[in-house]
Amino acid sequence: MFVNQFLILAAVLFCIGVYGVIARKNAVLVLMSIELILNSVNINLLAFSMRNGSLDGHTFALYIIAIAAAEVGVGLAMVLLMYRNRRSIDLDELSEMKG
Amino acid sequence: MFAEATEVALKSGWFLEHAWVVPVIPALSFFLIIFFGKRMPKKGSEFGVASMLGSLVFAGGAAYQWIQRVNGAPEGAFVSPVVKTWTWWQNSGISFGIGQHVDGLTVAILLVVAFISTLVQIYSLEYLRGDRRYTHFFASLTLFSAGMLNMVVAENMIQLILGWEIMGLCSFLLIGHWWEEGANSRAALKAFFTTRTGDIGLLTGTAILFFSANEWTTKTLGVSGFSIRGLSSWALSGDPGHAAITMGAIALFIAAIGKSGQFPLHTWLPDAMAGPTPVSSLLHSSTMVVAGVFLVARLYPVFFKGMDILGGSANFIVVIGGITIVIAALLAFVQTDIKKVLAYSTVSQLGYMMMGLGAGAWLPAVFHIFTHAFFKACLFLGAGSISHSSSHHSFEMKKDMGGLRKFMPITFGTWIISTLALCGVFPFSGFFSKDEIIDNVGHNGYNVFMYVGLAGAFLTAAYMTRATYLTFFGQPRGASAGEHHEEESHDSHAAHDDHADHGHDAHDSHDAHASQGPHESGWLITVPLIILATLALSSGFLNALPFGEKFENFKKWVEPSAEVVNPTGIAYVVGGVGEARIASETPTDSTVEEGEAHSETPMAPTASGEDTYSSESGHSKSPCGTETPEQGVCAAPQLNHAPFKWSKAGMSMLIVLAGFLLSLFVCIQLYEKKNKKFVGLTERNKVLGFGYKLLVNKYYLDVLYEKIIVRSIAHPISAAVYWFNQKVLDGVINGAGTTAKGIAGWVYRNIDQRVVDGAVNGTGSVAQGAGSALRPVQSGKVNQYGALLFGAAAIGALVLVIVNT
Amino acid sequence: MFASEVLVAQNIGFAILATIMVIGALRVVTTSNVVHAALWLVVVLAGAAAQYILLAAEFVAITQVLVYIGAVMVLFLFGTMLTRARIGAESDLNNKNWFFGIPVALALFVAMAIALDSGFGSQKMPADAAVATTQEISDQIFGPYLLPFWALSFVLLAAVVGAIVLARRD
Repeated sequence: MFVNQFLILAAVLFCIGVYGVIARKNAVLVLMSIELILNSVNINLLAFSMRNGSLDGHTFALYIIAIAAAEVGVGLAMVLLMYRNRRSIDLDELSEMKG
Repeated sequence: MFAEATEVALKSGWFLEHAWVVPVIPALSFFLIIFFGKRMPKKGSEFGVASMLGSLVFAGGAAYQWIQRVNGAPEGAFVSPVVKTWTWWQNSGISFGIGQHVDGLTVAILLVVAFISTLVQIYSLEYLRGDRRYTHFFASLTLFSAGMLNMVVAENMIQLILGWEIMGLCSFLLIGHWWEEGANSRAALKAFFTTRTGDIGLLTGTAILFFSANEWTTKTLGVSGFSIRGLSSWALSGDPGHAAITMGAIALFIAAIGKSGQFPLHTWLPDAMAGPTPVSSLLHSSTMVVAGVFLVARLYPVFFKGMDILGGSANFIVVIGGITIVIAALLAFVQTDIKKVLAYSTVSQLGYMMMGLGAGAWLPAVFHIFTHAFFKACLFLGAGSISHSSSHHSFEMKKDMGGLRKFMPITFGTWIISTLALCGVFPFSGFFSKDEIIDNVGHNGYNVFMYVGLAGAFLTAAYMTRATYLTFFGQPRGASAGEHHEEESHDSHAAHDDHADHGHDAHDSHDAHASQGPHESGWLITVPLIILATLALSSGFLNALPFGEKFENFKKWVEPSAEVVNPTGIAYVVGGVGEARIASETPTDSTVEEGEAHSETPMAPTASGEDTYSSESGHSKSPCGTETPEQGVCAAPQLNHAPFKWSKAGMSMLIVLAGFLLSLFVCIQLYEKKNKKFVGLTERNKVLGFGYKLLVNKYYLDVLYEKIIVRSIAHPISAAVYWFNQKVLDGVINGAGTTAKGIAGWVYRNIDQRVVDGAVNGTGSVAQGAGSALRPVQSGKVNQYGALLFGAAAIGALVLVIVNT
Repeated sequence: MFASEVLVAQNIGFAILATIMVIGALRVVTTSNVVHAALWLVVVLAGAAAQYILLAAEFVAITQVLVYIGAVMVLFLFGTMLTRARIGAESDLNNKNWFFGIPVALALFVAMAIALDSGFGSQKMPADAAVATTQEISDQIFGPYLLPFWALSFVLLAAVVGAIVLARRD
């Protein structure tokens, strides 16, 4: 097993996630793309953990899973609120922050 | 080379071992006030006062047992601090401790902080009665005390930063206590941001010192690089590189500049007077603002080596201190708000402390913290007493005060005592600390700064005389004259009156104040004043140099000995009582006999007689501070002490007296004359030809001028007399005064307002321009933001890859 | 001999899993049905869990299955249900400017690929990596990384409170 095979896989997933974040309009799909990005980071952490023979990567992978759960909870609550207020979860309609 | 280490068990005691309880009591009390305060009969203030009394008892016990410990030790031996540490938290191998580091400096400041906090809380019971946020006020005040006490007992830098930041937060909350007024919340923000600017230095300096010192301290002393104990010894060990310790010391000193209102960052302190007067008294005069000075005193070896103190040339600390003294004292002349006069006075006195520390006068500077706290707190509480009871919540000396000595005898008496102490008049406490600073600064070779200090003493005497004159002498004016200028008063002094409206019934009682005229405050206010004035009078005798060594207790108890000690002998007690041991060896210098070194150690001056008393001969033997000890470690640098001379003290007394007299004369000329001109005007309007004989004034000169002016409306004569009056009399006689006022005004207008504020505003407008240029990018669409973010990251990464390959 | 055979098996397993994951991920970001996207995401996450086992991280793999596939996916499906009356194909899930994503993602990938290739080249994983036991991981979490753990607990608490505040009807 090469180290790079895991890292390249993670890079591919990361870039697909980035594409999703940029291309998708639906808020739920954007959240899913963010999950892809977070998972690619986890693969990276565990790959390096194995390469270096240290357990630090495992610890942080677990922390990232917990953070991701919190992020999805809050994110979906916001999507719900958005839907309730404007009957749509399209992100391009949310431009009140325009400077 | 090590002489045999004679291990002597040092005394310890329960209070000394448990000094960490002192900050814990108010911290717990804070939570009690927050959660249960509103339901208590006294709205939570009882928790505050009780916790401060508890802290005071514990601090007093610790101080007593520390004195026992010092007295029980062999003379001149290094009395090791009582250090305890527990693991607070740890992260990937580095553990951060929390604990206590109790030595003479700690117990002295603990005692002062607990004592002043107690008195100020008692005072606040009356002063803030009926306030809308009464409970929150006491909560913040108690939390502040917890933070300060925690900083003082801190065992390491992380704990010190914790207390430091708690104080910053409480300062913000308390300055903005009446935040409904825009000026108050602006002042709170200004104070917070200015001190935060300095705090960057604290974090940077701590990091620099940690990474430089950690290896040495872990190896030699077995403590982390955050430990105050470890850092002090490390600084004197010869291990630190020049750049590391210098950068660390400068960074830490920037933090001290911010917190202690030293020259470039002093602007927040006078604005901080927007807070309630007890806050000004506790935080912004006697305790919080000395945190910066305390930091320098606490880590003195670091600054000693980093700044090359006693190295023969002027260093950063002494220059900043000297500038601050003069700048602030000059500014005090142009203020009409009594609290602002005191605020600038505080800045100036902090400059004295810094200058003393920068010039190697550690002990006088620390002693000045001690005495200054009492008399400055008393002055502020006195100002609060005046505004509370006599001037209808105004602090304007010219508009609303005057002649109050008849109505407020207790406030007047305590004010006078504290003023004399502040000016450094002989038997009062300020003399024994401030004069010592000036004397030692000169003794250590910083002659220029000695003259700066003497000039500062002159200015201090002059502006305090002016403030005292305007407040307590002359005719009552404005609110203190019993005028019930309802509308104007409420409009023009809304900031000060406002809090009267917070309470329901307080408003009525304040109107009653105004209608019944000025009067003495209640006992909750006068008793703290009397106690503080007593201490302002007497606390100087703790270290009264002129009366011989028997009176030098403060020095004996507080100043650490500069002995070389065995690293293992430094008692680093983890739990357990009475394990502290000391190792008192003789210095490693082989030319010194053991006996001689012992008998002439700094704690025990052997020479008798005031002139011959000099510990230099004994001191110069200790290698600490000047050279690297071959074995063992040092805990404090070797310092000199100037012998007391009546001639030098007499000279500074003469300067202070000159300041008094000159300022008094100027005041009478200026303010009485103005008074008479006013009378003259009405005279002209009313009678014009007759009746000026009715102008019976006790000032003969005034009547004479008035006659001449009224009689000869002809321009040349009146102009000539006016010119003579203005230029010759005022100009010549009080030349110093007017020049000072002019310089002060110029400094205020140009440096304070333009340079300092201009820099701040400039940053703002740059940010604004950049903001409007970048505004089109902010489309409000999240996806576009994402595309920009990742696109920029991709481009950046590609550039890095291309550059590196 | 035996070790190398195992490694070959591992490589084959990795290749299959990686292919499935990449296809699944592409479908997540291209499908026109939100529920399908969620189900494809399950595929990717399960693949990731399998990769974790290949990387000798059993505890993390189990956690991934429990937390992600068990809890997070249910949340996503609930979110879809509550915000969309109609479950089925839709045409307007993408932005007008969706094509910006392609160059950005490609540029990122190129940068990372070059960096990884020059950085790790043909380095191999240690063949005899020990499987991390749960006990060792708990020693890590409750030992040197206790402070981040506390911070994380507060984050989760804040997230729970925040989600309730945001989503409740009042």
